[in-house]
Amino acid sequence: MSSTTITPAPTTALSASVTLGWRALLKIKHVPFQLFDVTVFPLMMTLMFTYLFGGALAGSPREYIQFLLPGILVQAIVFITVYTGVGLNTDISKGLFDRFRSLPIWQPAPIVGALLGDVLRYSIAALMVISLGLILGFRPEAGPIGVVLAVALVLVFAFSLSWIWIVVSMIVKTPESVMTSSFLLLFPLTFASNIFVDPATMPGWLRTAVGYNPVTHLTDASRGLMHGGAQLADVVWVVAASAVIVAIFAPLAMHMYRKER
Amino acid sequence: MTLAIETAALVKGFGETRAVNGIDLRIAAGCVYGLLGPNGAGKTTTIRVLATLLRPDSGTAHVLGHDVAREPVEVRRKVSLTGQYASVDEDLTGTENLVLVARLIGMTWSAARVRALELLATFELADAAGRQVRTYSGGMRRRLDIAASLVRTPELLFLDEPTSGLDPRSRNQVWDMVRKIAAEGTTVLLTTQYLDEADRLADRLAVIDHGRVIAEGTSRELKTSVGGRTLNLRVTSIERVAEAEGVLRRVLGPDVRNGTEPQTLAAVVADESAVADALTALTGAGIGIAEFSMGQPSLDEVFFALTGHPAEERTAEEAYA
Repeated sequence: MSSTTITPAPTTALSASVTLGWRALLKIKHVPFQLFDVTVFPLMMTLMFTYLFGGALAGSPREYIQFLLPGILVQAIVFITVYTGVGLNTDISKGLFDRFRSLPIWQPAPIVGALLGDVLRYSIAALMVISLGLILGFRPEAGPIGVVLAVALVLVFAFSLSWIWIVVSMIVKTPESVMTSSFLLLFPLTFASNIFVDPATMPGWLRTAVGYNPVTHLTDASRGLMHGGAQLADVVWVVAASAVIVAIFAPLAMHMYRKER
Repeated sequence: MTLAIETAALVKGFGETRAVNGIDLRIAAGCVYGLLGPNGAGKTTTIRVLATLLRPDSGTAHVLGHDVAREPVEVRRKVSLTGQYASVDEDLTGTENLVLVARLIGMTWSAARVRALELLATFELADAAGRQVRTYSGGMRRRLDIAASLVRTPELLFLDEPTSGLDPRSRNQVWDMVRKIAAEGTTVLLTTQYLDEADRLADRLAVIDHGRVIAEGTSRELKTSVGGRTLNLRVTSIERVAEAEGVLRRVLGPDVRNGTEPQTLAAVVADESAVADALTALTGAGIGIAEFSMGQPSLDEVFFALTGHPAEERTAEEAYA
């Protein structure tokens, strides 16, 4: 030990969260492979769906990508939100959260810090998808500002969804189970939407369900923002849905986080 | 005497099982105190309650004067915990792990870095400072983990099985660290299943079994309470062993047996004042004594005598804690 006696000065909630966000950045720096999941998967989906469905659905991939890209961006980001839960579950099962919880810090900081890192990862993924889209011929009519606004809205929704996986990560035992259980929600959420096809072709009951799916409104808003003609109603829907999800799952997550394991 | 930890009728259960079933502890500030017991005895649960990670179901626990249930933040400000599993981030380097903790407790970036390097040097990790923790050996990880608990000097340090799974050399290193920490005035509460570890490190011990304290005291007191100290002696001439055995029987009682070597004898001593008489009787009979010592029962024997089962026993129903 050293002769230095350190007495702690109280840390603010913000500084603790930022420090734990710095930890997320370091992890990206040391294990760049973890970006592989969040980048390759979205790129793969963009390429696959553009060329698989493009000809059949819109006459050509180039025409289809104008319709698909704002939606595939939504799907890609929504899918990778699960990594928030996977990461937290790993931290919990390795005992790292015990250390954080025994420190005199603002208790939600480890979760908020992780979310800060995740928002960065979502942004990287969004950048990749849009860059690939531009290469493949995507031309957003509303210009860069529209694209940035669309990405921002997608990030808001992704942030809210992350809270669901945070809750799941505290219930299930392994990171793998977080992943598996997430598919039960993510597949219907993204496929039972208007990302790939116009809901007009669907049976009535499904069309109704698709109409209530926040992903549908997010996709509409994303298309509207990128190509012009965004409906305020869609944006409000998405923001409201995000707020409801956070209002339910954030307190639940914090409750479970404080609760013992 | 200032108490660092005081619990009364502390109970903590999980579902049907009471992992901690009425534990009373009074631990003086400044000592190294050991909780000794087999897997599932309730040691870890006790530490987790004291470190505010679990809330007690009933009873009270005061740590450094603060109620763990009512003033958890005050407790967290003064204690550090090194859990059973090395709670360091494997993806980060040794330095980054310590800087992270230092930042979290309110140090500036530069002070955090200085402190991290200082601790890495103390814990003989300076060479590995820039390496990811996943490349560390078990002993290095454990040392880093303990270092992370000492970024600020805690008044009380919890160490949950600090040496489980370590090789003998790493164990010795950790023991040295613990002694240094204690020497600088930090109270240490450690759990262990290793009887020799408790014997060597702890000033006082509580033996825990099935969520209760079944014995408390210094290691010497515990051994004595089991009774049966042994006089071990070696005679100079092998021809006189049988004769010496007779003398010991006469003076000390019937419980005399051959020792580990042909020239040695071991006699159970009920009354220690009789030992001098026995030695006098032997020299009186002209039997040369090469060496003699008073032995104590091992903590294994103590544990067996207290619980009726060996310390290594592990049963499925006990494995939860």
